[in-house]
Amino acid sequence: MTGVAHGDVARPVGPAPPADGDSPATGAPDGRAERAPGAVAIAGVTTTALGAAGAATGVVAVVRGIGPIHVGSLGPLAGVTLAAGATGGAFMVVVGLVAAAAGVYGIGYGRHGRSSPLQLAAVPAFVATMLLVPLAGSVSTFLATWELMAVASLVAILADHDRPAVRDAARWYAVMTHLGFAAVLVGLVVLAASGRADGLVALTSRAASASSASRDAVFVLTFVGFGAKAGLVPLHVWLPRAHPEAPSPVSALMSAAMVAMGVYGIVRIDIEVLGPGPRWWAIVLVATGAASALYGVLQSSVSTDLKRLLAYSTTENMGLVTLALGAAMLLAGYGERSLATIALTAALLHVVAHAAFKSLAFMAAGSVLFATGLRDLDLLGGLARRMPATTGAFSVAALGAAGLPLGAGFVSEWLLVQSLIHSRPSSGTLLALVMPVAVGVVALTTGLGVAAMTKAFGIGFLARPRSTAAFDARESPAAMLAPMAVVAAACTVLAVAPGVLAPGLRRVLLDTGSSFGAPPHLGLLLRLPGIAGSISPGLIAVAVAVAAAALALVAAVARAGRSRRPADRRAALWAGGGGPLTARMQYTATSFAEPLQRVFDDVLRPDVDVEVSHVEESRYLVDRVRYRSRIVDVVEARCYRPVLGAVATWASWVRRAHNGSVNRYLAFGALAVIVVIAVAR
Amino acid sequence: MTGAGVAGAAVQVAAVGAGAPLLVGWMRQVRALLEGRIGSGVLQPYRDLRKLARKQSIVPEGSTVVFATAPAFIAATMLVVAATVPTVTVASPMDGVGDLFVVVGLLLIATVALILAALDTGTPFGGMGASRETTIAALVEPAILVAVFALSIRANSSNLAAIVTATAHRPGDVLTPAGALAFAALVVVIAAETGRLPIDNPATHLELTMVHEAMVLEYSGHRLALVEWGASMRLAVLVGLLANLYLPIGIAGAHAGAAGLVVGVGAIAAKTALLAGALAAGEVFVAKVRMFRVPELLAGSFLLGLLAVTAAYFIAPRGA
Repeated sequence: MTGVAHGDVARPVGPAPPADGDSPATGAPDGRAERAPGAVAIAGVTTTALGAAGAATGVVAVVRGIGPIHVGSLGPLAGVTLAAGATGGAFMVVVGLVAAAAGVYGIGYGRHGRSSPLQLAAVPAFVATMLLVPLAGSVSTFLATWELMAVASLVAILADHDRPAVRDAARWYAVMTHLGFAAVLVGLVVLAASGRADGLVALTSRAASASSASRDAVFVLTFVGFGAKAGLVPLHVWLPRAHPEAPSPVSALMSAAMVAMGVYGIVRIDIEVLGPGPRWWAIVLVATGAASALYGVLQSSVSTDLKRLLAYSTTENMGLVTLALGAAMLLAGYGERSLATIALTAALLHVVAHAAFKSLAFMAAGSVLFATGLRDLDLLGGLARRMPATTGAFSVAALGAAGLPLGAGFVSEWLLVQSLIHSRPSSGTLLALVMPVAVGVVALTTGLGVAAMTKAFGIGFLARPRSTAAFDARESPAAMLAPMAVVAAACTVLAVAPGVLAPGLRRVLLDTGSSFGAPPHLGLLLRLPGIAGSISPGLIAVAVAVAAAALALVAAVARAGRSRRPADRRAALWAGGGGPLTARMQYTATSFAEPLQRVFDDVLRPDVDVEVSHVEESRYLVDRVRYRSRIVDVVEARCYRPVLGAVATWASWVRRAHNGSVNRYLAFGALAVIVVIAVAR
Repeated sequence: MTGAGVAGAAVQVAAVGAGAPLLVGWMRQVRALLEGRIGSGVLQPYRDLRKLARKQSIVPEGSTVVFATAPAFIAATMLVVAATVPTVTVASPMDGVGDLFVVVGLLLIATVALILAALDTGTPFGGMGASRETTIAALVEPAILVAVFALSIRANSSNLAAIVTATAHRPGDVLTPAGALAFAALVVVIAAETGRLPIDNPATHLELTMVHEAMVLEYSGHRLALVEWGASMRLAVLVGLLANLYLPIGIAGAHAGAAGLVVGVGAIAAKTALLAGALAAGEVFVAKVRMFRVPELLAGSFLLGLLAVTAAYFIAPRGA
């Protein structure tokens, strides 16, 4: 190195960004005509308008309910029934607000895009179908909107279909979402058949009288389908592929809004319609939620791809929500009504908070992608000085995702933990066994979540740039920054004044069933019904601000009184006196997470290769060391690959029968006719 | 909220803020005497802080506002924690604002601020310390929350004043298997949280072993003074909390007068000095464990906490 001491002045000699570019938005001309900005703007404005309209409809649904409106002419056989209560309305508001932000964001993001008109139309269509799912008032309408949502999102993912990774992700998503749909389809058909009704409201009163076997079947099938949509382990494998590979506004929509539809399904069908069930239902929810939370956060803390890290964090958060729902069911089953209500409130609040901070995180990650073409944290760094607004937005999102106080995710996690620790010793052995383990799971999830988000923010945005692309980054356009600022403000409100949601939450809880009692008091002080305990996120923020201001005042007074201390000075890094440092000598995301990877290597099973080559003269002198580490999804490698292999083997075996000989096909035909005649006679 | 409570909270913050360096000096002195050294006296941390506060602070080029403001944020967070934790009084107006989970969360957010400041410098040392501290912090979290759970069962609340008051009314309750197990878990957790042996060595500057010290290497002058002061307050608050959770003698109530507050300060000073002295004496006999043995230690602490919870459920005093 020459005498340049600090990499921020020198352009780093680090690796160049991958030539193919991760982003559709970097503006790299690749031979395709750029889409006229007008079409992108129309798509964006339509998305925002749809979102705003959906949110407004949702508010109406929460306040006084909608429908049922029956349009017989729209669909074959059953027609279309639209109806929404407070629960559906609340989810519509969440989806609508995320869509409104993502629509404006998409205008800035997609200006240099290369999507076809079909793909541009896919985003508003995706939003519209997502808004229709909570509006569905009957089983048939629900199934139709559910499938439309899956198809529209699939087209939206495929915006960048000339990259193999995108096609691969879309294939996984298509298969998984349709397996999930099949499960939901069969489950809901069984439900409709056993309740002898199509409308969800009618089924709510009749489902309780169905036989326990059919209720169990409905529960298992719908939970599998909704769990696949929410990205729960082991059905999450599509999520860390599809969410990162989609264009960033679509990532935000999928990760913040669509997974919430999975939760909506569980709340609406498994809790509201099916009503109280046997204890093992709750245990299934708690166990699946705990596994998802831990697995998601663990993968997230060792991911080096920024959007993949966020996608795994979605699995983690949906796991926490599912755990909270399971805890609510379990506690309700034991007659702990107020605790059950706290757990349910925690779940709903977490869905809202997650929608806010995760859409913000994906928008900020998209902004980084837009500016640098990079998602790899190992190549990022130094963005705080180049993209201050994006950095600020990501810090708010990361604080929320980490579940720390002053962040959007803290209140819901606090409520969840409170619901878990307050069951009375006398209430039963099962509770006494489940609850401590659940607390441990939530705590470890929080701890590792902090590690993941610290890594994403500290390595990706602070320090010095690790590649030329990061070095040359420029702040994104205002069309992308404005929605980020709005969502960041929403995150802050959720963090310090969750009470704004209290009226809506009360109505949803009233809607959800008689096994839940009075909701927690979400004012300036958060008070829990029947439990001595309160916190005030707003006052904590005030207290920290006051203490910091007091310290600053003391420091200023001390300086004014006696100016013996020289003023602060900016100077080169000391770095232990080690001499000029290059940007390559910094810790990267991989090295930062290496201790965690070692601690959890039994679960993560990393594939690590260290290759040391020596100089020719002596075996004791090292020429170069190559370190390669790859972490594959263990669930995918252990559960899916064998099944896929078996299917492929079976298919190749079946293929032998199809050798192209017309005679053989005629023989098959004849055989089939004989079988049919024999059976039918 | 009573006047005595507000006054008590102010006294609490002042006592922790002013007394924390003394506690560090006391622990160093105990170690020095046990190791056969004369030691630099219990007031040395004050001299260090005064020296640092008068020196010029150098900000590395290329670092951002995170590096510049983290020390003040850490110190401010610790002051809020000091106001919340019942060291002198159980009637602090901050008690309803933050419970034990909030305290744990604030300690964690201060840790995160220092980690980010270390990463912000872009030095290998900063990254190394940050990476290690993150690993430890992530694994401490479950251990500490389960221990909190065990403690909150007795009072059926996670608000600190409720727990301490419950113990004050029935001092015998902490002498249960659950209480003993939770105590052992908490000691390990506090050692990890405050960067003491056997998890981190506060006196080391050897790159193989340092965690906290590696993160603060780029700090100088008044910023370093704030970081060190914040670290000493963290130690003081946690030791004081542990003392009052198990032996809340002398703590001021909601209607205590000035005399009550003076007694409260004296009591907590005596208890903290004893407990910290014991911890320092214990440190003489242990060596720092390898970084990759730390998870085992913390997993042990987590299991102790889990056992404490289970014990509290199944061997609960009847009629509680």
